[in-house]
Order: sequence, then C-alpha cells, then structure tokens
Amino acid sequence: MFDYETLRVIWWALLGALLIGFAIMDGFDFGIAALLRVLGRTDDERLVLLETIEPTWEGNQVWFILGGGAAFAAWPALYAVSFSGMYLAIFLVLLAFIMRPVGFNFRGKIHDARWRSLWDWVLTLSGVVVMLISGVAFGNLFLGVPFQFDGNLRMSWHGSFFELLHPFALVAGLVSLTMLLAHGASWAAYKADHVIADRAVRVARWSTLAYVVCYVLAGIWLAYGVKGYAIIGPVVTGGVSNPLYKEVAHGSSWFASYMQYPYFWAAPVLAFLGAIGVQLSIARKGLGSFIFSSLMVAGTILSAGFALFPFLLPSSIDPRSSLTVWDASSSRGTLALMLGATVVFLPIIIIYTSWVFRVLRGRVTLEHVRQSGHTY
Amino acid sequence: MIIDSDVVTLSRLQFALTALYHFLFVPLTLGLVWILAIMESVYVMTGREVWKRMVQFWGVLFGINFAMGVATGVTMEFQFGMNWAYYAHYVGDVFGTPLAIEGLMAFFLEGTLVGLFFMGWNRISRVAHLLVTWFLALATSLSALWILVANGWMQNPVGSAFNAETMRMEVTSFSEVFFNPVAQAKFVHTVSAGYVLGSMFVLSISAWYLLRGRNVDFAKRSMTVAASFGLAAALSVVVLGDESGYAVSENQKMKMAAIEAMWETEPAPASFTVFGIPDVENKTTHYAVRVPWVMGLIGTRSIDKPIPGIANLVEDTKDRIDNGIRAYDAMLVLREDRNNAQAKAILAAHDKDLGYALLLKRFMDDPRQATPADIQKAADSTIPNVPVLFWSFRLMVACGFYFIALFAFSFWQASKRQLEKRRWYLKLALWSLPLPWVAAELGWIVAEYGRQPWAIEGVLPTALGVSSVTAGQVWTSLGGFVLFYSVLAIIDAVLMVKYARKGPDGLGLWPPAEPAPSVAAAPVRA
Repeated sequence: MFDYETLRVIWWALLGALLIGFAIMDGFDFGIAALLRVLGRTDDERLVLLETIEPTWEGNQVWFILGGGAAFAAWPALYAVSFSGMYLAIFLVLLAFIMRPVGFNFRGKIHDARWRSLWDWVLTLSGVVVMLISGVAFGNLFLGVPFQFDGNLRMSWHGSFFELLHPFALVAGLVSLTMLLAHGASWAAYKADHVIADRAVRVARWSTLAYVVCYVLAGIWLAYGVKGYAIIGPVVTGGVSNPLYKEVAHGSSWFASYMQYPYFWAAPVLAFLGAIGVQLSIARKGLGSFIFSSLMVAGTILSAGFALFPFLLPSSIDPRSSLTVWDASSSRGTLALMLGATVVFLPIIIIYTSWVFRVLRGRVTLEHVRQSGHTY
Repeated sequence: MIIDSDVVTLSRLQFALTALYHFLFVPLTLGLVWILAIMESVYVMTGREVWKRMVQFWGVLFGINFAMGVATGVTMEFQFGMNWAYYAHYVGDVFGTPLAIEGLMAFFLEGTLVGLFFMGWNRISRVAHLLVTWFLALATSLSALWILVANGWMQNPVGSAFNAETMRMEVTSFSEVFFNPVAQAKFVHTVSAGYVLGSMFVLSISAWYLLRGRNVDFAKRSMTVAASFGLAAALSVVVLGDESGYAVSENQKMKMAAIEAMWETEPAPASFTVFGIPDVENKTTHYAVRVPWVMGLIGTRSIDKPIPGIANLVEDTKDRIDNGIRAYDAMLVLREDRNNAQAKAILAAHDKDLGYALLLKRFMDDPRQATPADIQKAADSTIPNVPVLFWSFRLMVACGFYFIALFAFSFWQASKRQLEKRRWYLKLALWSLPLPWVAAELGWIVAEYGRQPWAIEGVLPTALGVSSVTAGQVWTSLGGFVLFYSVLAIIDAVLMVKYARKGPDGLGLWPPAEPAPSVAAAPVRA
C-alpha cells in the first residue's frame, strides 16, 4: 500500500488533525470554563454556560485522549520524551483533566452556594492551566528542549520545570490562552442566553484582538529571535526509526520550510482571516463566528506545525537526538494498521458527534435553566 | 546508566495506587450500564413509567461513578509517558495500538453518548434513547476489550519481535496480538467481574430500601434484575476465571507456581493447596491442606502434564539469562557494525531471551560482566511475592463462590416473589456490598503484582521501564495523587451515600407526583 515515507507524513498530518480536533472541540469547553466567572455573574447564568457544554464536553475531551493514544502508538518516542521530560508541567495538566469530569458532575450535586462556587473556581483554574501550559509546551518545541538519547535510546532530560518558562514560550502560552478564550466566547455568544451572549461578544472581540497581537509578536520573535533546527546531509525519509542515525544543526531559520513550500503561508493567512471573521460576525451571535474562530484555531496550529516540519521535538543539548517525522515513528506495519482503523472509525465518530450536536441544538436560556434546575 | 531504584519503587507505587484506585470505578461502570440498559429495555417494551424512573435513579449514581472513572482513567494514559518513558519507547509500537483503537472505537462513543443519556430524555424518542443506552453499554465493554488486549500482551507478548536498530519491540502480527488467548480470557473474566459488581451494587442498595420499607416496588424490581444478571455474571466470572487460570499456566508458569506456592515440581496431576502458610525463606508451605489432582486438572486440563515448581523455573531462567547475554552482546556488536552477519545470526537465535539479560541491569550496567552469582541473583529476582499472591488468589476465589451462592439465593427468592420476607437475607445482601470490590482489587494484584519483576513478561523488566526522572519529581506527583485522590474519594463516597439515602422517593422520582400515565395512554410498540 503506502510506503514508509508516505505513512509517516500521513501520521504527522493525523497527529496535527487530532490536535486541531482537540483544540477546536475541547478548546471551547476550556474557554467557557475559564470564562465561567467572567461571563456568568449569577449562579443561574453560570448554569446556562455550563449547560451549553455539559452534554458534549466529555466526547470532546476524547480528542485529547485519542491524541495521546495516537502519539503513543504512532510516535512513541515523542510521547515518551515529552511526557517524562516536562514531568511537572504535564502533571499540572493532568490534575486539570482530573478535576474537570468531577467538577462538571459534582457541582450540581449539593445545593450550596459555596460548594458551587468552589467548583466554579476549580473549573476556571483547570481551563486556564490547560490552555496556558499547552501553549507554553508548544513554544518550547521551537526553542528545543534539553534531552538526549544514549545508545539504548534511553532518554535523559537535563532541565527543570522553570526552564520551560522562557519568555518566548510564555508568549506562545498567551497565544493559546487568548485564542481559546476567543473560541469559547464565540461558542457562548452562539449558545447561551442573550444576556450572557452579549457579554461574550465583547469578550470575543477583546480576546481576538489580544490573540492577533500575541500571534504577530510570536511570529516576529520566531523570525528574528529563535534559531531553527535543520537536518544536515541527506535526509532519509523511509529509513529506520532511530533518531541517532542523523545529524542536526541548530542555527537556521524556522521559516525555512515556508520558503521551500510557499503554500504553507496559507496557514497563518487562515488564522488571520479567522480572527477578522470573528470580529466582523460576532455581533450576530450565530454559528458563523464560531466557525471563524475554529478556522483561527486550525490556522494557528497548522502554521506552527508547518514551521516545525519535519521536526517534532528538537533537542537543545544534543541536536542529533531531535525527534523528526522521519525517525521517531512506529514501524511501518503499525502505522498502516492504525491508518486503517482511523479511516474506518473517524468518519463514524464525526457522524455520531454531529448527530449529538444536532439533537442539542438551540440556545440555552435562563428560563430553561430555572425551570429544569440542574439535570446532569 | 544505572537506574535509580528509588524512582523505580516510587513509580511502581504510584502506578499501583492509581491503577487500583481507577479500578474502584471501572467495574461499576461496566456492570451498572448494562443493568441500566436492561431496565430501559423493559421500559420501552412495557411502557411502564416505573422502569424509566429506575433507569433515571440508578443513572444518577452511575453518573457520579462515571465521572470518577473518567477522571482517574486519564491518569493511566498519562503515566505511561510520564513515569514509564522507556517502556513507552520500548513497546509503544505494540502496546500503544490497542490503546489508540480503544479511543477510536470505544471511548469516543462512550464519551459522546453519555451526555445524551443524561440530558436526552426529552430531546429524542424513547427508542433513540434506548439505543443511546445500549451503545453506551456496548462501548464500555469494548473499551475494556481493548485495554485488556493491551494488558494481555504485557502478560503474553505474542505477535511481536525485537528490532535492534530501533531498540524496541515491533508488531509482526496484529491478529496474534488481538487474538492473544490471555487477552481474550482476561477480557471475559474482567467484564464479568464488573457485571457482578454492578449487580451487587443494585442488590445491596435495594435491600437497604426493603429493610427500611421504602421504595418497595421499585427496590424489588431492581433486585430482580440484579439477581438475574448477577447470577449469570457470577457463574461466568468463575468459569471464565478458570479459563484465565489455564491461560496463565500456559504462559506465565512462574506466576502460576507463586499463586500455588508450589516450590518444587510435583508429580502430575498436581494437588491444589486450599490452605497453607507459604514460607519464603525456607521455600516451603506450612500447614498445607491439599486436595489431590485438582491443580493439575485446572492448570493443564490433563492428568499427566506436570506443573513446574518455582525451583525448576529458576533453573530454567538461568539458562535463559545465559542466552540473553549472548543476544545482548550481539546487539552491541551490531550497533558498531550494522551489517555484521555473525552477530545478526546470534541475535536472531536468542532475541527471545534478550529480556532475561536485561534483568541483570538492576545490578550492573553491563550484563556481559555478570558472574554466576549475579546470574543466580537475577534468576531469583523472577520469583514474585509468593504469600501475597497465594492469599490474594484464594480470597478472590472464595469471594467468587460466595457471589454465586448469594445471587443464586437472590434469584430463587425473586422468582418466589418473597425478596422482602427474610430480614437476615436483606442484611446479608446489604453487607456484601464491599466484597466485589475486594475481589476485583485482589484480582488486579494477582494479575499485575504476580507479573513482577516483568513489565512485559520475559521481554522488559519493570525496573528498566522507568523514565529518567528524579525521585523528587515522583514524590511530588505521588503526593499530589494521594492528596487529590483522597479528597475525591471522600467527596465521591459522600455523594454516593447521600443520593443512595435520598433514594427515588427523596429525589422525587418515584412515586410520581401526579398519577402515572396508564399503560393504555402510552402505546406499546415493540
């Protein structure tokens, strides 16, 4: 069927697709959670906000779980190095993920204002932590992270949690945060009672603006202040998955692939168009601006992935240990099998997910929440 | 590099705690969801409102538990990367695939439908809602299937081979991985255990209502469902547990010998030790009460095949370590000279034993320097904790037989329509509530603690699988888990008790405020 090189490119694209799926589908849940106390001033208003995401956040989160599983199966080295290397950062994200299901479910189980307020804070915090740390982690990919392999391909890490907080990575964190706040606000404008939706319109405007500023800043910084990595010598694309078989230089530009493949520029353009679209359409509080914010999210992630290509995770202390699309994948058989499973199941997933969203269509009103109380 | 043994110990402790904790919630989800599906099917077929209310009431408890299951499940996925990075690298090619397919085929469906289960009552038709519940049930069991395919491969790593160039195990036959007999046996045994647990949950809480004279009709119906489903599940858990025992004896002889505290090989057919005090130091079992033949029959399905004892297995292991060292040496030669034909031939002949050389890594950096004393030490390290396995297994089996008896009696009482007659029975049913959890956790201990010192049986020692993290980092996460999980356990228990106490009457679910719609008003379309 496909040769090894093609399968690797497909799985690089699928990893990107899962990441984009996660950012679009779960991203607005995180955005809403983080904005819970900004958009919702009373308990009823917060109930409305929660009900716009409650029936679906669980399915949305599976994009993340699946992304992790797919990374484990298709890019085991990437999964192993990033999760163990950024141990404490990942642990914080994990805690945020642990608190979400229980937060959603337990919040309404005891009728007490302090109890609910406590869980509101937990949800807000979990939203902020995940959005910020994912962005910071992504930023670190460009900077390179301090790991190296020995001959047995056992990885050792030579950095600390605080070294991840490089100013460039923090800007990347802000890109992620503002982007998903805007995305969450677009969802609230579309789904929540008009009282809340009007507030969401303002938040969406401001956060898209902040996003554009951060995104441009990150781009300029990346062009002038962050050195890229490049494979030296012949690039073996269908060879053995052993990172130590290549040589890598640190000092090129991260925009090299944009020079090589000019159509990559479509990604940042898409991100900007998405942001402009949100600004222009948000006042209508329709599905349109949510679609625009989704395009903005997709364009942003694509633009970062394109810049990194073919790198997945560069090493700052031993560049040849860097993980690339050509030497960090699973075996050909595993990639082929997993591709088969994805081709069969992903369309089915999209069908039933669409059906669920269709069933739950319509604005969640304050009146509805007051009548039905908390049902979940 | 030498592995930090503190990191190994802490990482194992953390994995065991988080896995055991996760497994408090998983079996209840697995079992309760089918009970909900059964109840809702009755509702759709008969149109009787009480059955819908039963689904809704037990659904509230299901929801609390489901949230905990999901929350603690994410930890499991994260941990392979966080704490077991070398494991993830070494076997991700094989082990990661079932996990990813689990996400694609099962968890996505489960996560997407669970919201509609709770919030879809007024939005979709009765039949559509029933389908949601059924698919939810199906998805949870499918989820278990793929997780146990992954776990089965850890116990019996079929369908894969070592690749010296990538330094990892790679898939050679995915169908062998999927149809791994250990995985299949484990799947049916584990989901049945979940069904028993779910049934006990409904049976015990309903018995409590009957003791209080509350929700009588509601509770009796619930008990009838639980008794029938529970009896079938309890029978299958024991029968299929036996299948699982047979699979273990084929593939993990050391685990089997440790469970039986069988220090020396007995002449076939071996006897089964019902009771005894295993003495690790003197390699003997005191006060043993033995039933002749039984072990030989269960373990080998024959009367002439012997089951090897621990002493013999240790001797065999020494040979395999020798072979493993040859493979290890060849692997290092190949690293310098990728095309060395002689080294390739040696590696091909002995790569199945490479893992045994890696056992030495706990004691030295280079297994090739091992002395006979080191090899003896490494071989001895393959003996799991005999007393723990011996007792965990026996207590689990005793629970299993007790469940059959209890559910059989419940089923009989239910068919005679006298569930509420005997208070001693209701009390017994109530106080049996924790037992399926005890059995499930003991089962995990037998399966996974009994696998030690291997992460992947014969392939990768657990100690080698850890990440290159510091003990301080693992202390931090372990402390975090203990803190967060304890708080969540308290909240979960408080909410469960609160809602169980409230009951359908306290929640305003049953009896209905206005007269229930008559059967005639709700036309039945079956």
